[in-house]
Amino acid sequence: MRVYLSEFARVGGALLLVLYVVFSYLVFRYRTEKKRKPFYVVQILLMIGIQGLLFLQMLLKTNDLRYLFFFAFQAIVILATIILYRVIYPDANLLIVNNMCLLLMISMAILTRLSGNKAIRQFIIALASLVIALILPELVLRFRILSELWWAYGLVGITALSFVLILGRAINGSNINYSVGGVTFQPSEFIKIVYVFFVAAALTRVEELWHILLVSAGAALHVLILVFSRDLGAALIFFTVYFMMLTIARDRYEYLLAGLGIGIVSCIVAYRLFAHVRARVAVFLDPWTSIDSAGYQVTQSLFGISVGGPFGLGLYGGNPSAIPFVEQDFIFSAIAEELGIVFAVALLAVCLSTAWMVFRIAEWIRDPFYRLLCAGFGIIYVFQVFLTVGGGTKFIPLTGVTLPLVSYGGSSVLATILMFGLVEGIVLIRAGEHKKAVERLRAVHESAGKRRAKRREDDEED
Amino acid sequence: MTKKTDRPIRGRKPLRPPTPIAVVGIIFTVLFTAMSIYLCRYAYVNRQTMMSNSYNNRQRILLEQNERGTIYSRDGDALAVSEVSEGGDEERYYPYGELFAHAVGYATKGKSGIEAMENYYLIRSDISLSEKARYADEGRKKNPGNSVTTTLSVPLQEVASKALAAYRGAIIVTDVRTGEILAMVSKPGFDPNHVDAEWNSLIADDEDAELLNRASQGLYPPGSTFKLVTALEYIREYPEDYGAYHYQCNGMFKAGEETIHCFHGESHGSLDFYGSFQKSCNSSFANIGMQMDRGDFGRTLTQLLFGSKLPVDFPASVSNAVMGPDAADGDVIQLSIGQGATAMSPLHLNMITQAIANDGVMVRPYLVKSVDSADGKTLVKEHAGEEIDRVMSEEEAAILQEMMVLVVNGGTGRRLSGLSYQAAGKTGSAEFDSGQKEESHAWFTGFAPAEDPAIAVTVIVERAGGGGEYAVPMAKRVFDCYFGVE
Repeated sequence: MRVYLSEFARVGGALLLVLYVVFSYLVFRYRTEKKRKPFYVVQILLMIGIQGLLFLQMLLKTNDLRYLFFFAFQAIVILATIILYRVIYPDANLLIVNNMCLLLMISMAILTRLSGNKAIRQFIIALASLVIALILPELVLRFRILSELWWAYGLVGITALSFVLILGRAINGSNINYSVGGVTFQPSEFIKIVYVFFVAAALTRVEELWHILLVSAGAALHVLILVFSRDLGAALIFFTVYFMMLTIARDRYEYLLAGLGIGIVSCIVAYRLFAHVRARVAVFLDPWTSIDSAGYQVTQSLFGISVGGPFGLGLYGGNPSAIPFVEQDFIFSAIAEELGIVFAVALLAVCLSTAWMVFRIAEWIRDPFYRLLCAGFGIIYVFQVFLTVGGGTKFIPLTGVTLPLVSYGGSSVLATILMFGLVEGIVLIRAGEHKKAVERLRAVHESAGKRRAKRREDDEED
Repeated sequence: MTKKTDRPIRGRKPLRPPTPIAVVGIIFTVLFTAMSIYLCRYAYVNRQTMMSNSYNNRQRILLEQNERGTIYSRDGDALAVSEVSEGGDEERYYPYGELFAHAVGYATKGKSGIEAMENYYLIRSDISLSEKARYADEGRKKNPGNSVTTTLSVPLQEVASKALAAYRGAIIVTDVRTGEILAMVSKPGFDPNHVDAEWNSLIADDEDAELLNRASQGLYPPGSTFKLVTALEYIREYPEDYGAYHYQCNGMFKAGEETIHCFHGESHGSLDFYGSFQKSCNSSFANIGMQMDRGDFGRTLTQLLFGSKLPVDFPASVSNAVMGPDAADGDVIQLSIGQGATAMSPLHLNMITQAIANDGVMVRPYLVKSVDSADGKTLVKEHAGEEIDRVMSEEEAAILQEMMVLVVNGGTGRRLSGLSYQAAGKTGSAEFDSGQKEESHAWFTGFAPAEDPAIAVTVIVERAGGGGEYAVPMAKRVFDCYFGVE
């Protein structure tokens, strides 16, 4: 019986997630949230089902009934979040909320398996973040983010990054954490948001060429400070986001090509200048010769990915703890190992559909600043997913960024949830725009109708 | 486009180029798709090698769940089994001890042979879910691993091992049509039951090199057996005139600085092409070598897999024989008689012999017939007779077959003549410099029955002397066993 049940939980979990993915792409066929509603309801049911099966796997392996309690508690929290969102913001985009909740649930399951304490801490932070994210859209709608303050956003970002750089030098470390009241805090996660504010605000105000040069200099300063902080992953993200946002703001693809060219040259320069960049590339090209030193992490990650097979070894069935820092940088490999390649690829598809939705919202909004802001968040999110998964699977060199919402790390979860909260705020602004437009249209129709009616009356009189 | 949307259709619109946001979306979609395909492919392609990597401690998980599977001979005799003690410890037992040491290998200390090749399957259990449930209900802690059925034959392996006796060397026996390896013996051997205990003496750097599978990893000067290759190239270059070849042997041949002698300084007198091969006349073959196009000879060597990795699933050395348009005369005559820098593995020589016997088509040699789960599902089935290449024409193969029959009936392989089956082959006595005196390895490679070849046998006996006296009788014992002659 147990054998059948655990097999059912293993294969079933992956298949339900695949089904979930199908629905998260089907919603793109409809333009209004109203028509998408049935899909969302099915998604929520699937989500609870997936979570149930993941915890069933753990229950069967460990015989620990506490997992039932964990599952019930998390399911209630997630359901409450979704229902609250729906009630408070009838216009909110539920695909983003659903996907966000799904990724948090998967994160909870895999973190519970890897380290119970970390899972509980992560859960508390996620809970607090969700509460904040519940208020945030209303704040965005009421107070509006000011694009006039572009210089202030830039100043805050650069100052914070310099501060991190100087302090990082002082304590002689490259991975910068601050402990405030027992909670470790990674400032660079939040500077990302401020940076997108800066780029979006500054680019919407650009009128002449030298304006672009000025904004570019500001962005370049951010990137350079990050390079000197040895935070190459963040530097790459900041760089890419800038050129993509510039392309969107100016509606000219030359900027994308220019970004690509400058990017390639910068990579070559960085390779020549920095030993740690060369080391990363060497491990990427051949991790096997340094399997017990520099290549250890990547090769262990590759083992994890390759041993799981389509449906994984089951939670507690593999050995993902063999990968150093598995909860942060290599959570995806742990998922591939224990939940299988099907599950892992479906997870990627969920992340991509989230980005699609954010981009679609950006396309529809009229206000150029919010449009750019929204697109920027989408790029930051999806690029980060690409970097961390690509790095852990040796598709690209390792850059050491986390998988948003899934990896362990309070700052990362908080920052990502805030970002999606802001996007939901922008959705509300778009809904306001839409309503105004509808009213205007109705007014035009009504006046036209009156005129027509009047003409008909005139005709009849003749 | 018949895509259903709830957008009201307002007539045809001119096709707009995608917005930059859409382009960014497309870029990431392409990147994610490529990454997902890469991920699936990587995980699938590397699933076996990754699991067997010694740095991957996940093997332990499978070992805790499953009993290591059994390895069987072609007739179902167990060659390696796992025995579980009362305490639950698993021990690997090899009922035949030393006999299959190299072919089957050992499952400890990094593993070797079939134990290493098929490790991925042996530590897995692919029985059905209901079987697993049954085992769990019976209270058994482990599921039975998948079993491997090899192509090896216990009687042939035994006779080959006995024939080689206390000599160092190797014997390899293959089925010429299918490529199945029926026997593969390497000496000196070791007992795989005691690898852990004897490890330090086994890895000691001495001439014994017990762990080396001489049949596939040993590299020896092929000596006169290489004349098969030289003869093939000559027939290829002179398809009309090779029959008119004539040479007067006086026991030596000179080219440039180099002088070569016939074996034991013998003078063979007047010889034609067939006679040169039958008597294995070095001088005549050096003379033949000098008459050939060196570029073409080089291409034939490449086609016969010299200098490239042999397409087998177990470790095999790369044979070395170099010839090209710029080769010096001295090197040409050395190569023509299989001396000088020329070196090949017994496995490779067996493959060439097999190709001759198989009318010119070389097939892939293999050791594993099938992998089956404990409840009888076949997981892997090796393809019999998988063609590597047609390395020579049917006519060329027929001429070489005829010449090899002559060697047995009236040449250096006489000890195989006058039997109930007609064998064909070529001997060799490969000279090498041992420092003090001139010594030679004894070679024989051949097949039988000549009219409808079934098996190919290749024998190398290190430092024994002439192939005709030492290697041929060993091959005879193997043929006798195969054809049921007492």
